[in-house]
Amino acid sequence: MTTTSGIGASTLRNEDHRLLTGSALFVDDVHLEGMLHVAFVRSDYAHGVLRDVDLSAALALPGVIAAYAADDLGEYWSPGPLLVPPPPIERCEFRSATQVPLAKDKVRHVGEAIAMIVAESRYVAEDGAALVEVDIEPLPAVATTEGALADDAARIHDQFDSNQAAHVVQEKGDYESATADAALRVRRRFRMDRGASAPMENRGIVAQWDERCAELTIWDTTQAPIPIRNGLAHMLGLPETHVRVIAPFIGGGFGPKIMMFYPEEVLLPWAAMQLKRPLKWIEDRQESFFATTQEREQIHDAELAVDADGRILGVRDSFLCDTGAYNPYGLTIPINSQCTLLGPYDVPNYWSEFRLVFTNKPIVTPVRGAGRQHGVFVMERLLDLAAAELGIDRAEIRRRNFLPPDAFPHDHEILYQDFAPLVYDSGNYEPALDKALEMIDYHRFATELQPAYRTDGRAVGLGIVSYVEGTGVGPYEGARVTVQTDGRVCVATGVGTQGQGHFTSFAQVVAEPLGVSAAEVDVITGDTSHFNWGTGTFASRGAVVAGNACHAAALAVRGKILATAAGALGADESDLEIGGGFVHVRDEPDRTISLGDLAARANPLRGAVTPGTEPGLEATAYFGPERGSTASGVHAIVLEIDRDTAQIDILRYVVVHDCGTVINPMIVEGQIHGGVAHGIGNAFYEELVFDEGAQLMNASFMDYLLPTAMDVPHIETAHVMTPSPLNPLGVKGVGEAGAIPVGALFAQAIEDALGADAPEILEMPLSPNRLFELLQGDPDA
Amino acid sequence: MDEAQRVNVGGSVNGARFEREVEPRLLLSDFLRHELHLTGTHVGCEHGVCGACTVLIDGEAVRSCLMLAVQADGCEITTVEGLAGDALHPIQAAFHEAHGLQCGFCTPGILTSLVPFLRDHPDPDEQEIREAISGNLCRCTGYQNIVAAVELASENMRG
Repeated sequence: MTTTSGIGASTLRNEDHRLLTGSALFVDDVHLEGMLHVAFVRSDYAHGVLRDVDLSAALALPGVIAAYAADDLGEYWSPGPLLVPPPPIERCEFRSATQVPLAKDKVRHVGEAIAMIVAESRYVAEDGAALVEVDIEPLPAVATTEGALADDAARIHDQFDSNQAAHVVQEKGDYESATADAALRVRRRFRMDRGASAPMENRGIVAQWDERCAELTIWDTTQAPIPIRNGLAHMLGLPETHVRVIAPFIGGGFGPKIMMFYPEEVLLPWAAMQLKRPLKWIEDRQESFFATTQEREQIHDAELAVDADGRILGVRDSFLCDTGAYNPYGLTIPINSQCTLLGPYDVPNYWSEFRLVFTNKPIVTPVRGAGRQHGVFVMERLLDLAAAELGIDRAEIRRRNFLPPDAFPHDHEILYQDFAPLVYDSGNYEPALDKALEMIDYHRFATELQPAYRTDGRAVGLGIVSYVEGTGVGPYEGARVTVQTDGRVCVATGVGTQGQGHFTSFAQVVAEPLGVSAAEVDVITGDTSHFNWGTGTFASRGAVVAGNACHAAALAVRGKILATAAGALGADESDLEIGGGFVHVRDEPDRTISLGDLAARANPLRGAVTPGTEPGLEATAYFGPERGSTASGVHAIVLEIDRDTAQIDILRYVVVHDCGTVINPMIVEGQIHGGVAHGIGNAFYEELVFDEGAQLMNASFMDYLLPTAMDVPHIETAHVMTPSPLNPLGVKGVGEAGAIPVGALFAQAIEDALGADAPEILEMPLSPNRLFELLQGDPDA
Repeated sequence: MDEAQRVNVGGSVNGARFEREVEPRLLLSDFLRHELHLTGTHVGCEHGVCGACTVLIDGEAVRSCLMLAVQADGCEITTVEGLAGDALHPIQAAFHEAHGLQCGFCTPGILTSLVPFLRDHPDPDEQEIREAISGNLCRCTGYQNIVAAVELASENMRG
């Protein structure tokens, strides 16, 4: 059935009205009678011995209700859980040190929480925080990834003999013997530095303890309300059913809002129970720069071996990955890097090793892309270098190495971050490359346009890169679909939403089998009182995992609708049709009944019910894929460099993307636009700059530059659809894809623009300053 | 804080009169959100860069995080809650039609910034639109559909 709001339609969003009129509830909009406000005292030092915390002056300030340091928490003080234990990789050494609610004995990064002040207003809470006297004896800080493993590096966690958190080797084939006769080896060192996720809404939490009902309600800017509920219930000794976590509208997530548990998430509920007053804490932007997790620092020493035709014989890579002061997220990021490096290519031999290291910087957890950028950057740059050496066209070297359409499922023989073997479910890469080449006018650019630009003295270059993204990983999500007596349909699911359009995409998935429009479907996400099984929004998995759960639940409800209607209309189920909110007997339009009336019939107030019958037109279903589905794409760019200022102007940007079945093209394209903008930030504007003491130097939007409307170009998009065989809808994730290949793309295009005298671009992010230095031939400046 | 230091502030917001006693240091953004409970105005950075807190003061776009509540004494304030009547404001409607928002957190500040912009520039080209919204940060949309929404709004408002 084709509808204007079913799968594949650019249905306008159900959630827009509330957001456009200012009536949507965000966490900071929660106002409760008697609510108190919280501010935190944070470490000014990256590393030091915490000698004393004196709260007395703060407690003496009128309006301050309570103040807590680590010792005040008693037995409640405990390091957070290890969220993601290491996958069962054979050669894996791993040790974990997780974040603490308030620093005790030692501080390990700037911004680590030391004390919590509760007051009648946020203003007074901050006054109180300023009165807390903190005595820290500074220690030498580990400020760089490379410095973490130096013999004389300061030890961040005293229980370990070094700052190494993990050492992992994954291998496929035999790189050394298989590449002994390689026509060419290219080997380089690649660096990628840190950025902030920078959602426009900072984090926040409101906690309310109702002593009479023994119920705790928490509004939290989390991407994972259900695990937060379960964890807090455990920590606080409450039944899970007595803790309700609501993730209302969330102003962007991009990864760090799924970190669990942030100190504030642990402390506010506890203190609300202690004080028997509702509490609110809203992170300010400066706090966000060091109290919210970050990502991206890695250093790769990588080698690619190819034959004379540019066919890949193997890749060898050894890299360092910074996890910051603690490592609650385990190995997710470096394993993503390790796996995503293989890209859409046939790589018969692969040897990859990484070391995860502690540094005295804010904690690292996934940010949109989650390590995939690094793998793509390394592989794409190595292919560019090999193509140049061998005199092969850069698009052609990619084409020659693509896995062919009949190679799927393709087993890469290593483990992915979801603990499952890295097996690509499906893919078809050449059509995407061809489409991108056509859209960017590749051949004409090389033969006509670029020579003309050069004649005019303009440095204009083209870039084209490929990537894959492992998306839609398990374990599972669920959904409950209910037809209400007014004929509207309600969908409740556990994943939180941060702008991805779940209120619309999930409605479309459900609308089609139930014969209603998406506008007649009300979606509830992120409230554990409505649905309390599931994990959260991460790894581009909402549409894949929760979407298929919605689909399964809708099909079950469709069965109930038909069974109930068959009884009501005295017809055989096979003669019934659903559409427009009604069921009718085929070819007999007068024999009809509305979904609302059927819902009422399915929940009678009197009379006998057939044994075994469930009431209502409602069903709950779960979906858990055996492993993630692999999305892919090609990005192409034309950019111009001003040689005097090293500023870049993007003239064209093309994305050809394959995320399988597209539920809502408008939403998918929006996700791609946003991802590309994030990628442009990571490539050319955004860098968290730390000094030698691991002090963050640019913790404001004045100094940390997010791309504006002047920096992000018009993005031309096209889709290739290779449905995933791993889920009934055939969908693959798309949320992170746009951000993943942009660094590699910029690097290639910059080199192309500068021609023969181009410096090699082996690092991200760049900036006009850094590019200027590279143009001056001073790579170490 | 000493009660004696509280001062009166009065004016109108979205056409309704208000009168309050506030601390002189209270930001206008906090006053609107937490005293008047007009939480549609969002706070993203509190240092005047992101633009999420933009409101209209006597018809002009102003960052409410860079202004004290007492400075708004005697002013007519319009927040995002005041844009729609029975139907959405044409700019709001265009943002819906063109998918000009995702998480929606920056949206109120963008909408309020655009009201005086489209009043003064009823037929802007793409470059003018991009310059007009370059003081508003959005992390979700890549701005493309925001630009499209403004083009649609200007077209609809010109009739």
